[in-house]
Amino acid sequence: MALLAVAAPRLGWNPVSDIDQLLRYHFMLNALRAGTIVAVAAGAIGWFMILRRQSFVGHTLATVGFPGASGAVWLGLPATWGYFGFCLAAAMVVGLLPRRALGAASSGLSEESAVIGTVQAMALGAGFLFTSLYHGFLSGTTGLLFGSFLGVTDAQVWTLLAVGLAALAVLVVIGRPLLFASVDPDVARARGVPVGALSFLFVLLLGAAAAEVSQITGTLLIFALLVMPAAAAQQLTTRTGRSLALTVLIAVAATWLGLAAAYFSAYPVGFYITTFGFAAYLLAASTRLVGGRPRRAGR
Amino acid sequence: MTVLGLAVADPFAGVAHMLGHPFEVRAVIAGSLIAAAAALVGWFVVLRSQVFTGDALSHVAFTGALAALAAGIDLRIGLFVGCVVFGLAMAVLGRNGRADDVVIGSVFAWVLGLGVLLLTVYTTGSGATDASAGINVLFGSIFGLSASQSTLAALIAVGVIVVMIAIARPLLFASLDPAVASARGVPVRVLGVVFLALVGVTAGEATQAVGSLLLLGLLSAPAGAAARLTDRPFVAMWVAVGLGVVSVWGGLAISYAASRVPPSFAIMAVATGIYLLAALAGPRPRPG
Repeated sequence: MALLAVAAPRLGWNPVSDIDQLLRYHFMLNALRAGTIVAVAAGAIGWFMILRRQSFVGHTLATVGFPGASGAVWLGLPATWGYFGFCLAAAMVVGLLPRRALGAASSGLSEESAVIGTVQAMALGAGFLFTSLYHGFLSGTTGLLFGSFLGVTDAQVWTLLAVGLAALAVLVVIGRPLLFASVDPDVARARGVPVGALSFLFVLLLGAAAAEVSQITGTLLIFALLVMPAAAAQQLTTRTGRSLALTVLIAVAATWLGLAAAYFSAYPVGFYITTFGFAAYLLAASTRLVGGRPRRAGR
Repeated sequence: MTVLGLAVADPFAGVAHMLGHPFEVRAVIAGSLIAAAAALVGWFVVLRSQVFTGDALSHVAFTGALAALAAGIDLRIGLFVGCVVFGLAMAVLGRNGRADDVVIGSVFAWVLGLGVLLLTVYTTGSGATDASAGINVLFGSIFGLSASQSTLAALIAVGVIVVMIAIARPLLFASLDPAVASARGVPVRVLGVVFLALVGVTAGEATQAVGSLLLLGLLSAPAGAAARLTDRPFVAMWVAVGLGVVSVWGGLAISYAASRVPPSFAIMAVATGIYLLAALAGPRPRPG
């Protein structure tokens, strides 16, 4: 403990020394690398997720990642495998469900929503069972749920990079037709765009993104990188390319600021990334209100 | 493991053995009443398509409870105040809150982030008496209820059930056809506000039993199963209550027999199992 106290980072007025402190340790470098990879992939995929109004699906997929990760830890496997395995499997199930089952029911007893609620609670409960069986240190559970930047291994960074690049590559290939299919599925279908296949592929991408983000912000706070940056960017501009670039920029900035703030203080990284993401959204929304930018067409 | 052996060899002796512990008796009584209240309220939550409200309440419950702890007051004050105020706020905002809504989702994610901050403030502060407070709020600690805590929880649950029975008929009418109901003089808006306040109270109760993350399951699993088994609303309501209570009994028995299985998981597992059985065995619900 004494050693830790001596080495404890101190935020000063000299930015060069601050950044030097930030990059001194390997674990922090790994955290920044992982955070950057995740922020770029999640920003881009989250942008499409908002456009397609599937944020609830993303939330559910992340919830399923929790028992995956805690189960993997219990069995002595890397948590990364559990995240990707469970999130991608759940994404496949969601992708194969009929599209109607995912829409909000208008009235009457909507059994689908009861099912989603049950699945979420069951997934979180199973995750809790695994952490109880593991009998590990107590902060492990909160780390999985609310994020932790300690102990990101080199192997985890490479896995995140590989999956992130693969997801982005797929997104680049299907981006244009996906945009078309998201904005106007009927016309897209009439023009011969494979809407069903695209939406299945996209849910898989969403599963990958949910698994990646969970490893930085934790299962419960994935909205911080998957929703907030895209929501902020879409407030500021209506042009596709600019809005996408802005989303990635905000996501990366929120991650870096969040990691740095968590490094220099005693408070958890999940709180900081959510707060910076939310602040970006509030700023963007108020800028639009003050600047009187034109509202998005069709709203 | 001897307990497990006893339970398998002679279930009655096993149950008697289990109820020989005061904390088990308290857990069974309080848990049953909480589950009954949650199932009754949950059936209407599902009927009124307000499951998203339950999801949001789990975030608010966590942050409210930890705010109270960080401020050094009773956890339950923050829990109930947070949940009821939030329920009333949702009632005022109307039914605009949709599951996909980006704004609402972002706000709740941030509220949860705030809860994590408060958790750290509490556990690293000087006043912390319970290092596992965060886990207990998230996943419940039904065996940790003291005598006075479980009595109060049981009384509040009875209160919720009584009010629900009193407003069940007009609330059902108002939920199924708000326009006709209000034309017939049913105070639809007042009922909606009262109902969401009750949902808030129930969320606070359920958080003590199974934790804020699993309360959604306690609300929706029995309701989903009941909807599979019958089409008649008043029958379904009581079927849901029965299934909820059975889930708690089964869950408590499992976690007593296998002590490493946390009770909140066991309760959720039984509730989910009942839903799956109902989905497989029950008749298909009418379309629409």
